[in-house]
Amino acid sequence: MSAATFRFGEGNPQYDAQGRLRHLLSTEGLRERELLQILDTAESFLSIAHRSVKKTPTLRGRTIVNLFFENSTRTRSTFELAAKRLSADVLNIAVSTSSASKGESLMDTVNNLMAMQVDGFVIRHPEAGAAHLVARHLGDSALVVNAGDGQHAHPTQALLDVFTIRRLAGPIEDRVVAIVGDVLHSRVARSQIHALSILGCPEIRVIGPRTLVPEALSALGVHVYHDLQAGLRGVDVICALRLQRERMESHRLPSLDEFHRRFGLTPERLQWAEPGALVLHPGPINRGVEIASEVADGAQAVILKQVAHGLAVRMAVLTILAGAAGGE
Amino acid sequence: MHRIIRNIRVMDPHDGFDAVADLAMADGRIVARGTLPADFMAEEVLDGSGLIACPGFIETSFQAHTPGHGRDGDLASELRAALVGGVTQVLLRPDTQPMADTPAVLQEQRVLADRLALAKVHLSGALTTQLQGAALTEMAGLAEAGAIAFSQAKEPVPSAALLRLALSYAADLGLPVLLHGEEPALAAHGVMHEGHLSIRLGLTGRPAAAEQIGVQRDIAIAALSGCPIHFPHLSTAAAVAEVTAARQRGEPVTCGVSIHHLLLTEQDVGFFNLHAKTLPPLRSAAERDALRHALATGVITAISSDHSPWGVDREGMTFTQAPFGIAAVEWLLPLALRLVDEGVVDMMTVLSLLSVGPAQALGLPAPSLAAGATADLCIFDPESYFTVEPARQWSRGRNLPYGQWELRGQVRYTLVEGRVVFRG
Repeated sequence: MSAATFRFGEGNPQYDAQGRLRHLLSTEGLRERELLQILDTAESFLSIAHRSVKKTPTLRGRTIVNLFFENSTRTRSTFELAAKRLSADVLNIAVSTSSASKGESLMDTVNNLMAMQVDGFVIRHPEAGAAHLVARHLGDSALVVNAGDGQHAHPTQALLDVFTIRRLAGPIEDRVVAIVGDVLHSRVARSQIHALSILGCPEIRVIGPRTLVPEALSALGVHVYHDLQAGLRGVDVICALRLQRERMESHRLPSLDEFHRRFGLTPERLQWAEPGALVLHPGPINRGVEIASEVADGAQAVILKQVAHGLAVRMAVLTILAGAAGGE
Repeated sequence: MHRIIRNIRVMDPHDGFDAVADLAMADGRIVARGTLPADFMAEEVLDGSGLIACPGFIETSFQAHTPGHGRDGDLASELRAALVGGVTQVLLRPDTQPMADTPAVLQEQRVLADRLALAKVHLSGALTTQLQGAALTEMAGLAEAGAIAFSQAKEPVPSAALLRLALSYAADLGLPVLLHGEEPALAAHGVMHEGHLSIRLGLTGRPAAAEQIGVQRDIAIAALSGCPIHFPHLSTAAAVAEVTAARQRGEPVTCGVSIHHLLLTEQDVGFFNLHAKTLPPLRSAAERDALRHALATGVITAISSDHSPWGVDREGMTFTQAPFGIAAVEWLLPLALRLVDEGVVDMMTVLSLLSVGPAQALGLPAPSLAAGATADLCIFDPESYFTVEPARQWSRGRNLPYGQWELRGQVRYTLVEGRVVFRG
């Protein structure tokens, strides 16, 4: 790759030289109107799902590659379906990280696919910054959507979450939102926090033990709580996070049961929040760990609606990024 | 070769001499500074008007990947880069491939360096085998092969007991030991400073406390044997305070800082800019300011470029995969002059931090431009302004976060033992 395509430190790489949104790498630094445009476009796609013919010709003739270096069911399948419903051709490539020889193989894989004249990449990678690296390398030649990079960002998940909140809990400008669980290691939480801030959420809280929710998180503009009861008081929306088993191995928690004892969402504890508070979870859920089955399957949980919304939001993102490419 | 440089501003931090003068050199030494002997005949006379002459700089942390595979630079490419920066002496780091932990590797380095005859090359031997901190190297053998210091490069010694033995053993040989002070368990897997930006980027951080604890421990262990130690690249105020306290107790401890930690902060990592990935990591603005203050008060006695070149192969790596390091020895002086322009220290102090301080830390003869001194010189134009173009470096390394920076103070001549080895 030439030095000309590699200019670090030149501002947010998801924008092109004209300031248009060219890639979706992070919710951080998005403009409010861009965020709203994505959400409003997603509203229009939501209705398509209920038609007998669920396709639009928006991306006809385009090729989108789902390049996944990490396992995923929900995200990969909704991206695939989103692209197909927009009439794009979709190539699914799952690269197991054990067989990938790291680094070079990411860029070489991308270069090889570019030689096949593809138009966009949806990338999931276990390392933070991977999608940025690809976007910086490709510049304007193809769109890049970050479908999760290490512990950094998962912007479409956050967008579908704010979409869900806006539809089911009302205006974000009036809602108090709490994110519960392993915020430190969560790309979902980071992206949620930025998206909620941009949309004017008046109070964002993060709740969990200090080993997973350090005080330093307040740098993101959130209020930090280490006590679930205090943290849930007055909350309209609860975003639970998936707890990874690795956290036990790294001694950040004594046990899953201990986590549930302090921070698990149970029907009784939901009473601490505002009546009818919405419960979100990005999935897959650990029943009986971060969330009790009664809550996950209860009336306040919107976990399956999030999945449906994810499809609409991903269609909206692909449409808008492809439109910026001048193909529409 | 007899040479005269006329009308040049001579700045000699060794004795504080600062005046426009003539310099005469013969047989690799300074013959006269100021009034020249009436009978001195020169084969070459240079006009030094508008230029400054100072002792050549000494780089305490120099990675030239020799031995190595060559893709990221070699002794020839990196020494040429050093000369462009006015550096006349370098200390090779032992973290080569294979590592400089056996006499044979040092002998190979010596042969290559002598064949090149560019900047003077000093060798360091690894303090522990493979720098792993598990076993002592054959230090007497390394010293016989030319090591002037023992070094752990960028690796801490995890075992306090082994460090105690290694420093005791090194103390017998009378050579200084360069240490990387950091508590390894606390810094494990960290790729940048643990702070606001690491939280935002979702990258694992190395807390400042890890450096403080490591430096504190290393100083306490060194005191058990009285072995002189030097920390070539501290990055936190707390660690510098530990060195200050040790010096006040009269212990033989010195410290240096990389130019990067004086000019940059964690914010320069921006959006995963791996050119700003270095070790120790770039810290907060408050730490940078504290390091600048420690320069001004004389606690920090050396500035290094911590030269660590990586070729274009690294550009395709993610931030986590990419190796640590910045390659900017060519711009060491212009970067250091930023400190003058920003009012941190005066020019004479900067020149001292680049020459006299490193020499003291490594036990080398004091660099000087007085009559009789070795003619290792840097001659630069303080008023020449230029833009840094990473693609046009002599170094094979492309990893520096200074692209497009406007700097001043290009080096015009570098002389090693009276020979002009670089003309800019």
